[in-house]
Amino acid sequence: MEYRLVGTAVPRKEAGRKVSGTAEYVDDVRLPEMLHGVTVRSTIPRGHIRKISFDGAIPWHEFVIVDARDIPGKNVVSLIYDDQPYLAAERVNHPQEPILLLAHADKHLLERARQNVHIEYEPLPAVFHLEEALAAETVIWGEDNVFKRYTIEKGEVDAMWSEAAFIVEGEYSTGAQEQLYIEPNGMIATFGAEGVTIRGSMQCPFYVQKALMALFGLPAEKVRVIQQETGGAFGGKEEYPSMLAGHAALLALKSGKPVKMVYDREEDMAATTKRHPSKTRHRTAVTSDGRLLAMEVEFSIDGGAYATLSGVVLSRGTIHSCGPYRCDNVRVRSVAVATNAPPHGAFRGFGAPQSLFALERHMDKIARTVGLEPDEFRARNLLRTGDSTATGQVIKDPIDLVRLQSRALDSIGYHEKRRRFPVENARSRRKKGIGFATFFHGAGFTGSGERFLQSVVTLEARAANRVRVLTSMTEMGQGTNTVLAQIAGEALGLCYEQVEVTNPDTAEVPNSGPTVASRTAMVVGKLVENAAREMKAKLPSHDFAALGPLRVTVQYKEPPGIFWDDALYRGEAYGAFSYATYAAEVTVDTLTGEVEVNDFVALQEVGRVLHPVLATGQIEGGVAQGIGMALYEKVVWRDGVMVNNQMTNYVMPTSADIPNIRVYFEEIPYEHGAMGAKGIGELPMDGPVPAVLNAIENAIGIDFDHAPVLPEDVLAKLAKRRVA
Amino acid sequence: MIQLKVNGVPRKFEGDPEMPLLWYLRDVLQLTGTKFGCAMGLCGACTIHVDGVAERSCLQPIGKSAGKAITTIEGLSEHGDHPLQVAWKEANVPQCGYCQGGQIMQAASLLKQHPKPSDEQIDAGMEGNICRCGTYQRIRKAIKSAAGVKA
Repeated sequence: MEYRLVGTAVPRKEAGRKVSGTAEYVDDVRLPEMLHGVTVRSTIPRGHIRKISFDGAIPWHEFVIVDARDIPGKNVVSLIYDDQPYLAAERVNHPQEPILLLAHADKHLLERARQNVHIEYEPLPAVFHLEEALAAETVIWGEDNVFKRYTIEKGEVDAMWSEAAFIVEGEYSTGAQEQLYIEPNGMIATFGAEGVTIRGSMQCPFYVQKALMALFGLPAEKVRVIQQETGGAFGGKEEYPSMLAGHAALLALKSGKPVKMVYDREEDMAATTKRHPSKTRHRTAVTSDGRLLAMEVEFSIDGGAYATLSGVVLSRGTIHSCGPYRCDNVRVRSVAVATNAPPHGAFRGFGAPQSLFALERHMDKIARTVGLEPDEFRARNLLRTGDSTATGQVIKDPIDLVRLQSRALDSIGYHEKRRRFPVENARSRRKKGIGFATFFHGAGFTGSGERFLQSVVTLEARAANRVRVLTSMTEMGQGTNTVLAQIAGEALGLCYEQVEVTNPDTAEVPNSGPTVASRTAMVVGKLVENAAREMKAKLPSHDFAALGPLRVTVQYKEPPGIFWDDALYRGEAYGAFSYATYAAEVTVDTLTGEVEVNDFVALQEVGRVLHPVLATGQIEGGVAQGIGMALYEKVVWRDGVMVNNQMTNYVMPTSADIPNIRVYFEEIPYEHGAMGAKGIGELPMDGPVPAVLNAIENAIGIDFDHAPVLPEDVLAKLAKRRVA
Repeated sequence: MIQLKVNGVPRKFEGDPEMPLLWYLRDVLQLTGTKFGCAMGLCGACTIHVDGVAERSCLQPIGKSAGKAITTIEGLSEHGDHPLQVAWKEANVPQCGYCQGGQIMQAASLLKQHPKPSDEQIDAGMEGNICRCGTYQRIRKAIKSAAGVKA
């Protein structure tokens, strides 16, 4: 099918304001009589609050001070379990827990005041590590520190061990990772007769609305949430905005004035959510010719002090843990546990980068054990059309993963380099290596999730051939405004410029679900396409001017033939998977321990590519964050506190650390995605870490099974090998 | 009293000379195109020009700007049509956009120094400006396009 707009690089809708400095982010907004707000947080990981004193030469009478007693509704950040308070009343469960809120017009005096609030505690024993939490000698949450468990069972795993030619075991782990959007979290709240109004940086306006309805005991029409231009999110503004918006609103209610709260970098890094640390154990039975007989996986993640989204992150990590491989006998057991750290949360990939890292390192290990090349071993086991995943989801796409993998490896000269590098490495302290990962990522909510969301979109035709798209999907850099306009314009036969995408404001847009899970283009975009086709059918002449205002609203309907069993964790886990092979070439300096990524090929099949430049940007950005997770970004913990909560010592990759990423697409249109599109945003986060660590192993012959790998880790293992 | 020029307009400031220039620009003059990112000169979101040269505004006290000409992203061109801004739009560079004002100011300073920059000069000039969305490849492309050098 020929398209006019889809597949072309139309100019990004907000490009003009983003290059001229006029895009309005929350901290750029100033309202009359506005106060600033700050949070007084716990300084201990767990304990009872005994006494709060307001000290120093601070004019305390000028301050608005809010504590848990000022909350008119429920003191919980309403999400999945209602376990996390907005403000700790009596007990604290992590070392950044909010206890008090202060507001004042002078933000510099405010900072001094914050430092002069002193809180005395009676400490309780705390838990900081996954294993400690699982041992449950100290119980800090529920009956056993467990937020959630899942089990996937397929076939007869136990019967396979005796038939295996090889049994390969491995243990893999990943650390926390900070989203590090450059715009910190920020919110402005106002309170009036019409209720509360929130303006801020966020992914999910209706999550914020729901949370504030519970906090204030207000109906939906009294809680209005407006998204400001959002300076990056990557999952980090999925859930935390509900907390910050509530805090700003509590101060606004008590002061009767607008209140702005914007975190500085240190507070944002220390107190807000990060990627869940994880541990994965694999035990795999393999035949003598390298076919997977049975896979047993134990996957665990550290959720921090409150449940937040950990159960859902665990779910995605669990479902992805066996990757795009054919295996008739699978058992996956997974668990998310509580520790006394700030809650971990959503970060691009949502559990899948952790479990796929483990799997793709393990696949290299199995290949070596069996005596096959890594690509040949994978080729013998990759899913083909008609095969089923770990949950029994039958792959219907006409996808050829073996060919996809070969194409990616050919692009980077994999086989030639596998032969050449060992020869060259023998003569140099700088050892080159090449590695790759083959993987998939399911798009949209898991299982029945999209059916429960019941997403709605509206199209509104106005005079003079202007159409507005109304959805709750936020633009945070990924291109929502642009691709939704392309889709609507394409289906309506209008120009790109004639389609306007409305800024999310809960008073104006319908609830199209949250902007997460790589669902915007695929799922919500499809609704926009359907609404546009319906509108076009009602307008035979395309003459919107003659017809006057017209609104078309459509709601999500599950595609036929989808079955998901939430109790057994079996069935169609996702509407569609995107597939990829990523290959990395690295140089390891054996003197300094530094690892440099010299070349990177990212080949993926993502359905129809709606906008080539934006799609490529999604891949390049995800790969950059993946290289960060592989080689640079290490959160250092001390008793539940992130101690390197600054850009000085939490190191993220700069342009100097990122090679020229070569991005290629294959396109197999997906009939239930907008114009054939599948999800794309999270996929690129899954591949870089195993590809890079596999390349390091290829370079120096040492396995690294924990990410990140820092120079000191390389040097320590090299020293250990010399001693041995 | 501190006298300076901001985007060509003479200004007087009578407050604390230790106030970071970024606060003065954002809070006093309400020139909000210059962004707060880290307050440590590490991310580049607050990049401005001091007498035509890119500097970080979060670290320097306004007292240091006495007698200087400051340019912010709002003052780089009259209608947002500096060759770099045009190239940025044409290459669809921005994603979230938060760092892009700083990136463009850094690039504008680079082009003053090296009107036809080599790849190495671009990398050396731009590596202190962080973009978490990962727009680096398009930034390189847009700089070359604005400078009229082959990509």
